[in-house]
Amino acid sequence: MSSGMKVLCLRTAGTNCDRELVDAFERAGAQVELWPARRLFDHPEELRRFRVLGLPGGFTYGDDLGAGRIFALELRAFLGEHLRRFVDDGGYVLGVCNGFQILVQTGLLPGLPAGELENEAQRAVSLVPNDSRRFECRWVHLRAEKSRCRFLRHGSVIPMPVAHAEGKFVVRDSATLEALRRNGQIAFRYCTASGGTPSYPEDPNGSVEQIAGICDLSGRVLGLMPHPERNVTPFQHPWWTRLPEREEGEGLALFRDLVEAARS
Amino acid sequence: MAHFLAWRIEVAPKSGAADPGAQSLLRAARSAELAPLRSLRSLVLRRGFLLPPQLSRAEIDRSVAALLRDDVVEDVAIEAPNSAAGSSATDRTTLTLYVRRRNGVMDPVANSLTRALRVLHASGGKDLAGVQTYQRYDFSFEGAPGQPELEAARELARRGFANETIEELLLGAQRPEPHPPAPPYRYQRLEIPIRALDETALAALSTRLALALDVAEMRTVQSYFQDVERREPSDCELLTLAQTWSEHCKHKTLTGRIEYRENGGAVQRFENMLKETIFAATQQIDAPWCLSVFADNAGVIELDERYGMTFKVETHNHPSAIEPYGGAGTGIGGVLRDTLGTGLGARPIASTDVFCVGPLDLPREQLPPGTLHPRRILEGVVSGVRDYGNRMGVPTVNGAVYVDPAYVGNPLVYCGNIGLIPRDKIRKQPERGDLVVALGGRTGRDGIGGATFSSVELHEESEVVSATAVQIGDPITEKKVADLIVRARDRELFHALTDCGAGGFSSAVGEMGEELGADIELQRAPLKYQGLSYAEIWISEAQERMVAAVPPTKLAELLELCREEEVEATVIGTFTGTGRLRLSYDGQLVADLAMSFLHKGLPKRTLQATWSAPELRDPEHAPPGDFGQLLHALLRAPNICSKEWIIRGYDHEVQGASVVKPLVGPCMDGPSDAAVIAPLSDSRRGVAVGCGMNPRYGAIDPAAMAGAAIDEALRNIVCVGGDPERTAILDNFSWGSCKRPERLGALVRAAIACREIAVALGTPFISGKDSLNNEYRVGDRTIVIPDTLLISAISVMSDVGRAVTMDWKSAGNALYLVGETRRELGGSHLLLVQELGTGASVPRLDPTRSRATLRALHGAITTGLVRSAHDLSEGGLLVAAAEMAFAGRVGGSLDLRSVPRSSDCERDDWILGSESLTRFLVEVAPEQTAAFERALAGCVHARIGSTDASGRLILRGLSGATLLDEALEGLQASHAAGMEPNLPLQAGKRRA
Repeated sequence: MSSGMKVLCLRTAGTNCDRELVDAFERAGAQVELWPARRLFDHPEELRRFRVLGLPGGFTYGDDLGAGRIFALELRAFLGEHLRRFVDDGGYVLGVCNGFQILVQTGLLPGLPAGELENEAQRAVSLVPNDSRRFECRWVHLRAEKSRCRFLRHGSVIPMPVAHAEGKFVVRDSATLEALRRNGQIAFRYCTASGGTPSYPEDPNGSVEQIAGICDLSGRVLGLMPHPERNVTPFQHPWWTRLPEREEGEGLALFRDLVEAARS
Repeated sequence: MAHFLAWRIEVAPKSGAADPGAQSLLRAARSAELAPLRSLRSLVLRRGFLLPPQLSRAEIDRSVAALLRDDVVEDVAIEAPNSAAGSSATDRTTLTLYVRRRNGVMDPVANSLTRALRVLHASGGKDLAGVQTYQRYDFSFEGAPGQPELEAARELARRGFANETIEELLLGAQRPEPHPPAPPYRYQRLEIPIRALDETALAALSTRLALALDVAEMRTVQSYFQDVERREPSDCELLTLAQTWSEHCKHKTLTGRIEYRENGGAVQRFENMLKETIFAATQQIDAPWCLSVFADNAGVIELDERYGMTFKVETHNHPSAIEPYGGAGTGIGGVLRDTLGTGLGARPIASTDVFCVGPLDLPREQLPPGTLHPRRILEGVVSGVRDYGNRMGVPTVNGAVYVDPAYVGNPLVYCGNIGLIPRDKIRKQPERGDLVVALGGRTGRDGIGGATFSSVELHEESEVVSATAVQIGDPITEKKVADLIVRARDRELFHALTDCGAGGFSSAVGEMGEELGADIELQRAPLKYQGLSYAEIWISEAQERMVAAVPPTKLAELLELCREEEVEATVIGTFTGTGRLRLSYDGQLVADLAMSFLHKGLPKRTLQATWSAPELRDPEHAPPGDFGQLLHALLRAPNICSKEWIIRGYDHEVQGASVVKPLVGPCMDGPSDAAVIAPLSDSRRGVAVGCGMNPRYGAIDPAAMAGAAIDEALRNIVCVGGDPERTAILDNFSWGSCKRPERLGALVRAAIACREIAVALGTPFISGKDSLNNEYRVGDRTIVIPDTLLISAISVMSDVGRAVTMDWKSAGNALYLVGETRRELGGSHLLLVQELGTGASVPRLDPTRSRATLRALHGAITTGLVRSAHDLSEGGLLVAAAEMAFAGRVGGSLDLRSVPRSSDCERDDWILGSESLTRFLVEVAPEQTAAFERALAGCVHARIGSTDASGRLILRGLSGATLLDEALEGLQASHAAGMEPNLPLQAGKRRA
């Protein structure tokens, strides 16, 4: 069943959620390769061999200049047009946590069309320090919104952990937010266990409109702060000892749907 | 003074935008008991950068846009290198304070920025060295600030966000200017004549060079150079001997000859105390699943037929006392390198941490001079572990915080790490002709003398004299090394590997080359900056470095891998087969020692140790008037209350392996007994990790403390489903100065107890570490820490699906108390929270009974008969029942008349507060009670109550009357409120 569906996960100095991301894709039936970024920078044309690019979480280069900044700079400098072309040719990209921050820093997200921003050189959105000013590792619930994203089941509520200090989603101005809404780019919001409107700590960082993840205009590039790849086995849920026996964690469906969408 | 030019860039939140960091710092400043700060109007935080003047304005603009400023939320000010503006542009009501790293102190942000600038401006080929960073704080007052405001701001910085050991504080008109480059080093071989010295002169020489060697040891060195080498030693040779023979590296106190006398009785003689107690127990148990014990950087046990698990716990006490953030960060960094340096390299998969500090509410006027406030220390060490551990991607899954007034001058910071290693990669042996390859971080002047620093007592001036012994870690450099090592190990690119810990290259090369000998060319070692002498290179303890023995045929492949992983690798010498350690600098021989003398020449000391039972009595005390109040007080006690603010700051989920988390239950606020991880994605095999510690018992009897700590660690393991018969333990003794016979005697008594108990329980020790000299001298007073034995436990589980958590699961289940409750109140929290002193009746372990009970309960858990289990420790039955109830949001009632107890345990408060060992509160579904009772046959147990839907915890006393009736929400609130963090003062510090 996995024939041909190839996923490339990239890691660099400070990437540290690569194992669980690879594991989640493999459980979803994909063939996964994990490369040090340097190898792809040496052979950028190799990117074409893959259908999905996964950017795992971590602290790339320590997040020393802001989350994901330096690795995003490298992706732009060393992959250049190869990355843009990968997406334009139908490739899928998933960025989790630091991977999401990197996608925002590269500009692949939100990837608003020219004209929707006053000045193209400016960034439209950002991920800034949590309102609590602390690193927060806790379980939250996400609601998949009706969006352009090609592989999310709208309305589903998925428990998964967050683990970040800079995950508060902010926008440049209300016009940007309006554009994201209008374009169907808001993919995930934090919510209560029953899908309702959250307060802290259900919304762990104070994001604008509780936004936890967004996609680009193609619907194939998705970034989110929480970690669906850390809820794929029966035993990762924080109170699985109180639940009926289960086959898998609620996050695995996202990977299966992504792999399925990318296969076709 | 020479003046160096730089671009100055300052980034701040957009004006008008909220800055939660500045706001919380402002709140903290106003409430900091510093009168001049009450009139603070506002506070602005800025990140500052000094960039090399070679960059053009256009390049600076690009750098700012791509790297320094987040234009969605931030503004920037850019000042050209030659601009005339010489001072901060602020109005007269504003006081500006700058904080920046001292010259030569590790600054990972500057390193990352330098690297990113090279990527961004690749075509330029300009020299981009000299990037520096700082933080700027603008305090705006109602009126113009004067000297009192300036002093108050400086004091606030010292208390909260700056540490002058590693940082400069600049106030008023001073601005950070670029540090001048270090002066170059000019080679000069130093010879230290010792052959003609008498004992007084030898002692003086040891002090002058900070060798920390005693006269007998100096005599041994002297005769070696007199009789064997027939020449004077070089400075480098003396320093090498001092490092290798240091207490930190050799543990010469505990491995020494000891004459021990108990209660004035006959003398018991040890040739090597540790070997005859702790190691002897492991040899006697001889468990086949112990794969490597006391032989490597960590102990190794079997996980399955493919993998072993490594475990090591280290202390980093003295550095953390002086610079908590850096001390704890390099503590976790060091123990992670122990994992990486075990066998041919293990992959770190989980960390543990235990902190012992003074009272968090200690009034400032009671703080001994020269110490940091316990709250500052705790926040600092937590931040240090958080920032290092999170960046390494290693989950911190288990830990504890222990508060006692005697930790005020000398806190304890234990950092542990567990690794995963293929079983065929556990053995290592360098071969003749292998290259000595340094991997990872560069060598700097930081951390020189750490091994000898940790081997003496702290005192008021430690902060001043030990600045170089304290370091800031760079976790990303270590993460790269970790990624490299796992790949290189699997490709078999080296024959041996170890970390550079205390003693730096001198210890790493010295240990690896013990059999073969080595030739090292010191000028080859890559340096952070110029100016280091050959001796400094050799003994620097700069972080994030490893040494590998690489066969020449594999070097090219290793270097290619290093390029891909961005790890610096440098050949610095060869393992020779000559049995000599030869060091050269630019072709000049600077040391030439026989390895045999270096490793076997240390003369044995004979130390005296005594222990006498103290004269103590249990206090006479009336039963408490209000058991509800007592319970709330216990739940708020610092050693019992929730540590959620610490746990949530650690990424305890990274690697996706966590099965039982530190906080459990439907609201994720129940304190788990131990953690369970499932490290292999293709297997349900698991690892349980727990710990045990109770220093309050040690004051009554160190042997009882040892029994309690081992039993507690095992109870914690069993509660989550770990197998007590497949559990290994680690010992960490943190003690005061063992030069005093009674301190050493207490340790010997604890070690003897460890041997007896471990053998009786069948629980082997696989690794351990001691930290002596944990004292603080102020004037003529010495504050000695309580004798503190930490026992860490690791256990293998065949199926993580059988794991159990401590939260009550549902109404209508039976509650069993397993184990006998005795009138054992000595050292208990029942006495502590009622301020009734220490007492005498310390809990005693019956190892035979303990083993049978642990085994029986484990059997019940693995056959699925247990819904929840929690061990009884601090606060006894009272606290355990409350924690299980609020964790599960399930009520319950208990009847003390059913509690199995000794006849003298005849009061409700004794039954509830007794800390008797090997006891558990267990929840069993009604249809399984018969099977559970059969499983526990032969072990003391009784059904004492049941869970219900009342939402309350209800206890009935011996009279049959209701003793306590409390709502679960209130209990949870007290537990949560115990240790409110005061994070604002840390908030301005780092972005993450």
